[in-house]
Amino acid sequence: MTSITTTAGAPGTDKTLSPEQLRATFFQLEEHHHPEGDSTMLGFWMYLMSDCLIFAMLFAAYGVLGGSFAAGPGPKDLFELPLVAVNTAMLLFSSITYGFAMLAMAKNQKGATIAWLLVTAVFGAAFLSIELYEFSTLIHEGATPMRSGFLTSFFSLVGTHGLHVTFGLIWLFTLVSQIATKGLIPANKRRLMCLSLFWHFLDVIWIGVFTFVYLMGML
Amino acid sequence: MAIEAVINHSHWSPLLGRLGLDALPQEPIVMATFVVVALGGMAVVGALTYFKLWGYLWKEWFTSVDHKKIGIMYMVLGLIMFLRGFSDAIMMRIQQAIAFNGSEGYLTAHHYDQVFTAHGVIMIFFVAMPFVTGLMNYVVPLQIGARDVSFPFLNNFSFWMTTAGAVLVMMSLFIGEFAQTGWLAYPPLSNLSYSPWVGVDYYIWALQIAGVGTLLSGVNLIATIVKMRAPGMTMMRMPIFTWTALCTNVLIVAAFPVLTAVMTMLTADRYLGFNFFTNDFGGNPMMYVNLIWIWGHPEVYILILPLFGVFSEVTATFSGKRLFGYSSMVYATLVITILSYLVWLHHFFTMGSGASVNSFFGITTMVISIPTGAKLFNWLFTMYRGRIRFELPMMWTVAFMLTFTVGGMTGVLLAVPPADFVLHNSLFLIAHFHNVIIGGVLFGIFAAINYWWPKAFGFKLNEFWGKVSFWLWVPGFWVAFTPLYVLGLMGVTRRMRVFDDPSLQIWFVIAGIGAAMIAGGIGAMLVQFAVSVWKREALRDETGDPWDGRTLEWSTSSPPPEYNFAFTPIVHDIDAYEDMKRCGVTRPVEGFLPIHMPKGTGTGVVLAGLSTVMGFAMIWYIWWLAAIAFVGIIGYAIAHTFNYKRDYYIPAESVAETEAARTRQLAAAGA
Amino acid sequence: MHSSDSRLNPSGRSSALRRSRIARLAGTLGLVAALSGCNTVVLNPAGDVARQQGDLVIVATLLMLLIVIPVMAAVVIFAWRYRASNKVAKYEPHWDHSTQLELLIWAAPLLIIICLGAVTWVSTHLLDPYRTIGRIDRATPVSANVKPLEVEVVALDWKWLFIYPEQGIATVNELVVPIGRPLQFRITASSVMNSFYVPAMAGQIYAMPGMETRLHAVMNQPVQSMGFSANYSGAGFSKMRFPMRSVPQGDFSQWVSAVKAGGDKNAGNLDRAAYLALEKPSEGVPPTRYAAVDPALYGAIVDMCVEPGKMCNSEMMAIDARGGLGKAGIRNVAMLTYDKNGRSTARQENATPDAAVRRELAWVRALCAQMSGTVRDGSVKAPDDLRSLSGAGIDAPKSIGLTLRDDKASQRTAPVSLISRN
Repeated sequence: MTSITTTAGAPGTDKTLSPEQLRATFFQLEEHHHPEGDSTMLGFWMYLMSDCLIFAMLFAAYGVLGGSFAAGPGPKDLFELPLVAVNTAMLLFSSITYGFAMLAMAKNQKGATIAWLLVTAVFGAAFLSIELYEFSTLIHEGATPMRSGFLTSFFSLVGTHGLHVTFGLIWLFTLVSQIATKGLIPANKRRLMCLSLFWHFLDVIWIGVFTFVYLMGML
Repeated sequence: MAIEAVINHSHWSPLLGRLGLDALPQEPIVMATFVVVALGGMAVVGALTYFKLWGYLWKEWFTSVDHKKIGIMYMVLGLIMFLRGFSDAIMMRIQQAIAFNGSEGYLTAHHYDQVFTAHGVIMIFFVAMPFVTGLMNYVVPLQIGARDVSFPFLNNFSFWMTTAGAVLVMMSLFIGEFAQTGWLAYPPLSNLSYSPWVGVDYYIWALQIAGVGTLLSGVNLIATIVKMRAPGMTMMRMPIFTWTALCTNVLIVAAFPVLTAVMTMLTADRYLGFNFFTNDFGGNPMMYVNLIWIWGHPEVYILILPLFGVFSEVTATFSGKRLFGYSSMVYATLVITILSYLVWLHHFFTMGSGASVNSFFGITTMVISIPTGAKLFNWLFTMYRGRIRFELPMMWTVAFMLTFTVGGMTGVLLAVPPADFVLHNSLFLIAHFHNVIIGGVLFGIFAAINYWWPKAFGFKLNEFWGKVSFWLWVPGFWVAFTPLYVLGLMGVTRRMRVFDDPSLQIWFVIAGIGAAMIAGGIGAMLVQFAVSVWKREALRDETGDPWDGRTLEWSTSSPPPEYNFAFTPIVHDIDAYEDMKRCGVTRPVEGFLPIHMPKGTGTGVVLAGLSTVMGFAMIWYIWWLAAIAFVGIIGYAIAHTFNYKRDYYIPAESVAETEAARTRQLAAAGA
Repeated sequence: MHSSDSRLNPSGRSSALRRSRIARLAGTLGLVAALSGCNTVVLNPAGDVARQQGDLVIVATLLMLLIVIPVMAAVVIFAWRYRASNKVAKYEPHWDHSTQLELLIWAAPLLIIICLGAVTWVSTHLLDPYRTIGRIDRATPVSANVKPLEVEVVALDWKWLFIYPEQGIATVNELVVPIGRPLQFRITASSVMNSFYVPAMAGQIYAMPGMETRLHAVMNQPVQSMGFSANYSGAGFSKMRFPMRSVPQGDFSQWVSAVKAGGDKNAGNLDRAAYLALEKPSEGVPPTRYAAVDPALYGAIVDMCVEPGKMCNSEMMAIDARGGLGKAGIRNVAMLTYDKNGRSTARQENATPDAAVRRELAWVRALCAQMSGTVRDGSVKAPDDLRSLSGAGIDAPKSIGLTLRDDKASQRTAPVSLISRN
């Protein structure tokens, strides 16, 4: 079939080919099956990029409103860096343990995969708990998102990240039960890969939040 | 001096939220519409029940994951919403034609302001978007030689989410109110302080829910185009329509999250008392304007690019000629895609940015006209030394070229900041963007409908009524919008309900006559559809290739079988099917194999239905219902992931049967 | 419309003027011949700035028609010549590329856009609404000692308030300005976004709450025209219109004296209480005049602190610039509430600020007293050298940013202090 492709733009005037040969040139007579889920990683990656844009907007809003304290408290008055550092550590650990889950999956060790996923969930839940504690302390003090543009954009950015982690956890538990019942079948492996991307993506976003919101806010 | 009596909508109860009797229509016009729609709706439901069509619709259409059926459903949605959006337009034209000399017209401010807001929102989000998405859905897999899209279930889900948004907008007509803010709902006006009732909430939730659908369909089509092209179809052998679809979907994926984010921020302001866009507490309303236009400008290219693709296909086909300057067409599309992100500020030169900023955005805007101009020249030189058959799609294309050129010119004019200072928000601007959206997007959709209808249904559209529609639409457009250009130069601004200068009236009356001509054009188009279905046997196309087409969709039967292609074609040239025909390839008639296909599912309908309920509950502050619906969505989605059996095989025998029928059909047609 | 053209430009001007008039006349004739019956004020305004903007519309259109007309003609010609029934015409189904043609179709629009881009850059800077007026008309520069007439404009729901600080008067829905004197508008709004637009005078600019925008203009002939909001702002928007008159200087002074003397349409003194009453939504308000006005009122409106007990925006921003008030400031929300909880609820809540709020306010005031009350002036100075108005060798002003422009070079102390005015 390459004899025809050589002349792109003015192809296929080669009348010497028989109808059968022509058919074979122009049709895939033996089915080359598209592997199932072939596009999933690409599609999920695109979804992540679009999600990334939502965070970009929230970062932009924080950039615009981050200095509008409305004669109220600023980052230095509110943030407790040690707590946030612990929180960051929780999320980073959860990423590492997720990596171990993926290694276990590669070795087809169902039990180990589930175990590491549960460890990840524990770290994720710890992260969320600390974040909720931080939020409730702030709100209790009166530093609510309604107080100023700064607090609005802070709660929105950090809270949106937290919501993502929450959904990641729900997904993680769903996946654990699916692996437990169906085992490490290709569909579940694909889903583990997607959740892995999602989980590490949330890590990357958190690095941004930690740097731009917490560290730079305390400068 | 008198302000209209404002009904106090401040009551709330745990069970029904803000919903009360005062949510029912108060204005006679709306009441009458309500009665008509209710009766019509009951008639449709009754007929469907009487003819026992529900099961058929549910099984064959609503739950189908076939990209062709979903594409057609998008087009039907677009058409229905088009009739709604157009009746809004007619209402505005009548109001503006009579509200002179102290007359208040026939619409109160509360009603009129909803009408123009709904007109804009519906025409962009629920007419142009479904039409464009529907076309891409139907045509792209066929053009690239694929059997479906990458994620067939998501495709069905996307459609129903778009429909859910449309349903919410339609509900606002009869239950409560729609936004009275203009189609982009700038704060502070759209903040709770100035729009306290449900209008803006309908706007937010309709856009938010439909936006999910749009985004996912964007992801889906990109993955489809990138991953599922037929062997041999390199990027530079993709049909131009597929190229423009790819660029449009890249724009969708890169722009719609911005809309989602900014709508969420507005939601937080309205529901939770956040301070993103408030006047006080350090909020910044101008941030909204920036963010929404960062989505909004790419949006207009999302709409127009696929239609540029349609015009390219139509021009090449009906000129009987290869498209002139294929690669320059591709690069022009890419340049437009990228530049569309660098121009958003031209929508608010008048908001006080510095002269250098304004000049920068003005000049980047003008630069977009270079690739656009190059495209126009490419179509022109495709016609050059061709053999142009003036069938309906080609007529729409020529009308587009003449109309769009003028719209493009006035657009560049508005990109000159000092000119924009005198024309911003004027009727000149209105005339400009209708000039490009009607002259570009809508004419393109009409060209596309006339072009691909035979593919979708197996018979051509009636030509007589198509021509009647064309000759009412095109002059009607100019009669309706030339007066608006003139009025813009007379310093008349948009969204006015009453006028004090009687010398303007004649222009509004002329515009009204133009709108009536357009109404005739729409009517003729509906008659065209009806007559064509009625006389379908006379218009039957047996060949699958009624226009002497050039791309792969014409190589299969009309309508295509469920699996599109019994054997995946191999591509050797840009115009793959034209290449096949030239080489004298005959389709294989034996050796069929079982075909792997996705199974239909009702999950999309259920999830979108629950989303509608949740949106409605959020709009009316019915918190318990919103919570239940939300939990339902999450739960149902999770349950859906436990279903691993989502595909099946069409057995080789039934493929052989279908293809044998096609062979007989072709033989009968003498092909 | 051509008769008004000659009214506007009395004969005896330079030949350059005549040339451009001929060009404009030709352009106008060619472009809008069909419109000669109607008053296209945008192309034919009475103010010099709007006139230049209108001319630019025509120049840009002519420039684009250079390419648009041939293209449209070619569409028609090709469509006709290569119709399928015309078997004489050449048919080349495989001709799909020509490097020369490709170059041409990219270069031709590019050239037009280069020209238009240059025109855009120069005209955007020359006609920047923030730029002070440098000429009265084509031939008359503004002399150095002329002080522009300042008008403070407030877009209210749904009417316009004009304050003349120099004259100490104010009007609602009536704008009267003298001919031949530069006008400087400072524009803000009380609640939502509007756009201040008098087509006969100059282009529009948005009026936004808590912010100030600028517009500079000059009128060249007596006209009676209309101004309005060009950005939809709610139910009363359609009637948010005001008559605008430009009158000779003498008549203007007379009008000012008449307003000061009271009489017809007089509503007395515009103090804060009167403003707060006026601010309430109303539509179709007839022209009203105030013989006297609180000189600090406009500043307080921009600063969102007309009401007693409110912290001014500028104070808040100054505090924020130093990092806020810490946790001590968390509860001081009442003095910051402007319209977040609705048009009027905040007002009722704060009609009598309690003692704690007063104390807090006093404390805040003391904290900020050391900061001098300066409002950054976003104006861009018109060039002294009139020749540069042709666009040759002009410096681009470094005016970037939104309403609060950070242009140190043009920073000036505003005539009134914005702090401690209540």
